[in-house]
Amino acid sequence: MINPQLFQLICFYAFATVTVASALAVITLRNSVHAVLALVLTFFSSACIWLLAEAEFLAIALIVVYVGAVMVLFLFVVMMLDIDQEKMREGFVKFLPVGLIVALVMLGEMLALIGVRAMHARVLGANPATEAGLSNTAWLGHALYTDYLLPFEIAALILTVGVVAAVALTLRHRGGVRYQTASQQVAVKASDRVRIVKMAADTNYGRTPAPAASEESK
Amino acid sequence: MSRITHYFKSLLLIELLKGMALTWRYLFAPKYTMRYPMEHIPKSNRFRGLHALRRYPNGEERCIACKLCEAVCPALAITIDSAPRASDGQRRTTRYDIDLFKCIFCGFCEESCPVDSIVETSIHEYHFEQRGENVVTKPQLLAIGDRFEADIAAARAQDAAYR
Amino acid sequence: MGDQILNQLVWPIVHILAIVLPLVLAVAMFVYWERKIIGWMHVRMGPNKIGPLGLLQAFADVVKLLIKEVILPTNANRFLYYLAPLLALVPALAAWSVIPFGTKMVLANVNAGLLYLLAMTSLGVYGIILAGWASNSRYALLGAMRSAAQVISYELAMGLCLVCVLVLAGSLNLTDIVMAQAGSKGIGEWFMWPLLPVFVIYFISGVAETNRAPFDVAEGESEIVAGFHVEYSGSAFALFFLAEYANMILVSFLASILFMGGWLSPFPESWGWIGHGNFFWLFAKAFAFAFLFLWFRASFPRYRYDQIMRLGWKVFIPITIVWVLVAGCMKYFGWVTIGTGV
Repeated sequence: MINPQLFQLICFYAFATVTVASALAVITLRNSVHAVLALVLTFFSSACIWLLAEAEFLAIALIVVYVGAVMVLFLFVVMMLDIDQEKMREGFVKFLPVGLIVALVMLGEMLALIGVRAMHARVLGANPATEAGLSNTAWLGHALYTDYLLPFEIAALILTVGVVAAVALTLRHRGGVRYQTASQQVAVKASDRVRIVKMAADTNYGRTPAPAASEESK
Repeated sequence: MSRITHYFKSLLLIELLKGMALTWRYLFAPKYTMRYPMEHIPKSNRFRGLHALRRYPNGEERCIACKLCEAVCPALAITIDSAPRASDGQRRTTRYDIDLFKCIFCGFCEESCPVDSIVETSIHEYHFEQRGENVVTKPQLLAIGDRFEADIAAARAQDAAYR
Repeated sequence: MGDQILNQLVWPIVHILAIVLPLVLAVAMFVYWERKIIGWMHVRMGPNKIGPLGLLQAFADVVKLLIKEVILPTNANRFLYYLAPLLALVPALAAWSVIPFGTKMVLANVNAGLLYLLAMTSLGVYGIILAGWASNSRYALLGAMRSAAQVISYELAMGLCLVCVLVLAGSLNLTDIVMAQAGSKGIGEWFMWPLLPVFVIYFISGVAETNRAPFDVAEGESEIVAGFHVEYSGSAFALFFLAEYANMILVSFLASILFMGGWLSPFPESWGWIGHGNFFWLFAKAFAFAFLFLWFRASFPRYRYDQIMRLGWKVFIPITIVWVLVAGCMKYFGWVTIGTGV
């Protein structure tokens, strides 16, 4: 019916169009929540393109990490903002020339870079994963933990340092704040809170006359 | 030591498992649900439901329009008009209305009645469809009394020993 | 030409319907079963009026929801408000495409099945967040915040649990993971034994991930009414409901597949027909897990929010990280001879 290669090409252009369109939407949409959602769509369609290029692991990792976690945190922040749209657009005309110049310079640099790289471009070999007879994920894992073990571990270390630094920067103990410590609360036992006292029951209450009354009767 | 045992207790979810064992036992326990329209919870003979006006066995209505019930009613739900009866000049009610929206079913009217005329029956399943139906009139109350006289008398007889 | 259309278009749709329609039906019956079980555990009877034993209760509810009006709150974001239920439902249904029901009974036998599942479950949170934000209601927003933070936190613990499984199985493919648990000892070959703590944590995280009791602060009735879907009514609410229950059933199936040998029989192969793998076993195991969801809901009071976070970050994640190491050692040194293969 349809040539598979043609179909793949059509899919590629469809995904690419969506990617570019949503990327444009990210910077043009007024509503910041809509912009974040457009960014999500950008990530999603680029993941689709990677899938077409048989990079399943990277594609799904992109969705898990960026779409599933990072963008959710973005949304969190953006949802909490109270942005004055009018104020945002103030001075648009004033800064337009500067912005245009910067954009043009960047465009020129990028084109130059792409041109330089294109001259040295090598034709990519066959897919190393299929050559090795492994699935994409398995091959990637193999490569990461054998050939590129040192860079991989260094990257992990840098990330850990980043986490520690972030925690150290934000962690502060404020005095005079009352808060609950869940672990202490969980560790509480009934015997810490309630003391059960055994007392003999007063079985005669209300039956025999009270001592004062008996004195009177004398 | 107790901290260590507590640590393992919480790690092994002992208390949660105990809680689940409890609900598991109740899964098979006999259910308390009363299937209401088909089943009824037994009612006390002192149950205070919809009101009724009673008659003597000879057919004469008991109410003598003393208006004690109207006076004692804490919710001002009872309205009574009275006049000499045309046939024999006896003091009788011409109007005996109870507003069931106001009534709190305290039973004071029944207690105050010197001739056991106004009573509260065990009927509690009734409804109104129109505005104004909440005010029950004398003919309605008498009709309820006529219809349930046997039940009313039986409930009073059961309670007589304690009065 | 006709054959091609049949193969490329008609059969996939038929296969998809063969999964989705029973799933929707299962959700309906699961709702009924939940109300029954919780009723019984509360010493009540549960629904028993509509149809024999109340079996048609769920369908009556569906009809009621479908004929009700979908109300759009004032100042709500119309587009996102209507988009959110779909965003919640689509990942919940899409995740089912890689679930294997038998040796060859799987819609898409993809190599990175487990990763795909992780991706799909993490997408579900968008429906929740957008529903909360687009409703223009503070209760909905609070519910969405709670829910999203909870889902993200427990996803980490859940992901680490999955790492343990795939270290032992050596594959991301769900069919391979099940077949890695095949062996002569039946129940003794399942991953739940060497990975017992991880297995427990996985299921508890699954409960938290689907925002079910005792982790249902996202809809905590006593504080924020119904959480992120407080403004939704009619069929839009029904979609959220469907997504939540489809996710619960999905977690039940995943727990059975990853830790309890999927469609494999708990009895040794040598016991004749009862020892043979069949999708019946998978359904029985998933049913047991689904029952656990209801049992939890009937037994436990709601967690406090900071305690949920503490449980996820300070208890589950450390334990699972340690067990990833243990699982690695098991595999490398051959401490356990699980999954001897058929």
